[in-house]
Amino acid sequence: MSILLPDAGLLFWMLVAFGIVFFILARYGFPAITSMIDERKRFIDDSLKNAKEANERLANIKAEGEAILNAAREEQTQILRDAAATREQLIKEAREQAAAEGSKMLAETKRLIEQEKEDALLQIRNSVAELSLSIAEKILRKELSGDKEQQAYANKMVDEAVAKKNAEQ
Amino acid sequence: MMRLVRYMMIMLLSVAPLQLPAAAGSAASFDATKTIFDHLKDSYEWHITTIGNKHITIPLPVILYSEREGWALFSSSVFHHTDTHRGFSIAREGAAEGKIVEQGADGTFSRPLLDISITKNVLAIFLNALLLVVLVLSVARWYKRHSGTDEVPRGFVGAMEAVIIMIVDDVIKPNVGKEAARFTPYLLTVFFFILLSNLMGLLPIFPGGANVTGNIAVTLGLSLCTFIAVNLFGNKEYWKEIFWPDVPVWLKLPVPLMPFIELIGIIVKPFALTVRLFANIFAGHTALLVFVCLIFITMAVNKYLGSAMTVISVMFSVFMNILELLVAFIQAFVFTMLSAVFIGLAQPQHHGSDDNENK
Repeated sequence: MSILLPDAGLLFWMLVAFGIVFFILARYGFPAITSMIDERKRFIDDSLKNAKEANERLANIKAEGEAILNAAREEQTQILRDAAATREQLIKEAREQAAAEGSKMLAETKRLIEQEKEDALLQIRNSVAELSLSIAEKILRKELSGDKEQQAYANKMVDEAVAKKNAEQ
Repeated sequence: MMRLVRYMMIMLLSVAPLQLPAAAGSAASFDATKTIFDHLKDSYEWHITTIGNKHITIPLPVILYSEREGWALFSSSVFHHTDTHRGFSIAREGAAEGKIVEQGADGTFSRPLLDISITKNVLAIFLNALLLVVLVLSVARWYKRHSGTDEVPRGFVGAMEAVIIMIVDDVIKPNVGKEAARFTPYLLTVFFFILLSNLMGLLPIFPGGANVTGNIAVTLGLSLCTFIAVNLFGNKEYWKEIFWPDVPVWLKLPVPLMPFIELIGIIVKPFALTVRLFANIFAGHTALLVFVCLIFITMAVNKYLGSAMTVISVMFSVFMNILELLVAFIQAFVFTMLSAVFIGLAQPQHHGSDDNENK
């Protein structure tokens, strides 16, 4: 049964040896290792956190860029739409103005033509009246001298009157 | 695999009846029990091997203190030439078999007052301790020379780091709790000391082969350290739970029943640690030695049977060695874990919240 009875001498040396080993390792061995492992663990955790944050920031930036791009695109379509509307408006206005101007000019022209026509008619009437008067005068004067001569004279009078008229004009 | 093992067991059992009368008949030539126990037990010299009639041993210093002789220091090799040196001799029988005894004036033999000889196990402990210190300090040196945040260790240092991380994160931190950092060096020392001793014990020749962790004095020493760690650093709550636990008053006032049970618990914890480690490693060594001895036992019975048994024994020894590698790790792990649990139990934090959790 001696294997079940602890031997005092062995126990003594065991405690001495283990005590020394523990003293050395607890002083110079394990703390150096565990502290470095902890430090690395912290470093890895921090790095992971930073990477995550950076990723999030990147995603934010991407989203922001997207938003800016969307806004710009919207603005672009708005501007295009506005431009199209403005153009339509301008064309419409121009067309309306042109139409108004045209009709106004047409009316003016018509009025002028009318007036000219009236003036011409008036003139023609005056000329005809004058011509008739002078023809009548000449005819009257010829009738007084002979038939043939009268005719020739009348023609001469008419020619004269026409020439005069042309010269006058 | 299982079928193979079963087949071998049947073969072994069929051999067993043959062995008994044969072993009795040739007891003088080979005594298996004595051989096995001589290998398992501590001794005053380190016997490496025997070639022919020449014993190759490492003589070790014997350090004694007796009332009659005072301090005595001599080499164990003196007992090769003489049985008695300065009145000391190695007992061949009785309770102190294999130990040094001195003959008193009345002729009776008794153990000297103090026997702190450097025995085989003591030398093995010293060698293991030295190896452990060298290994761990060499690993620690790597960390002192490198920046932990720039580089990751490879090779041996990396393997040590993986084991240390496993022990710290899976064993120490969850079991010890808030004060884990304080006990980490101790628990790591315990783990690596046991692991290295277990592994060295599996090496068949010097400097391994000593049954260090299969010796109850060694495991008792380790348990005592844990006992000290548990009770020296136990907090107020821990001692209150021992002497004035939260139980009905009649369980503790006239007869201190619960405190008595709690005190037994304090003693039982290191005892359990001691016996568990000792028994596991002792059993492993015994099994290995039995398989080796089977060769010699059967060889004494019959040459052919012995030859067949050689093959089976070697296969079983290989199997046992692989199993013991696993056991070497598991037992170191279990001892460390139980130590961590006991230390953690001695550091109760908030009793109220613990109760709530239990409900």
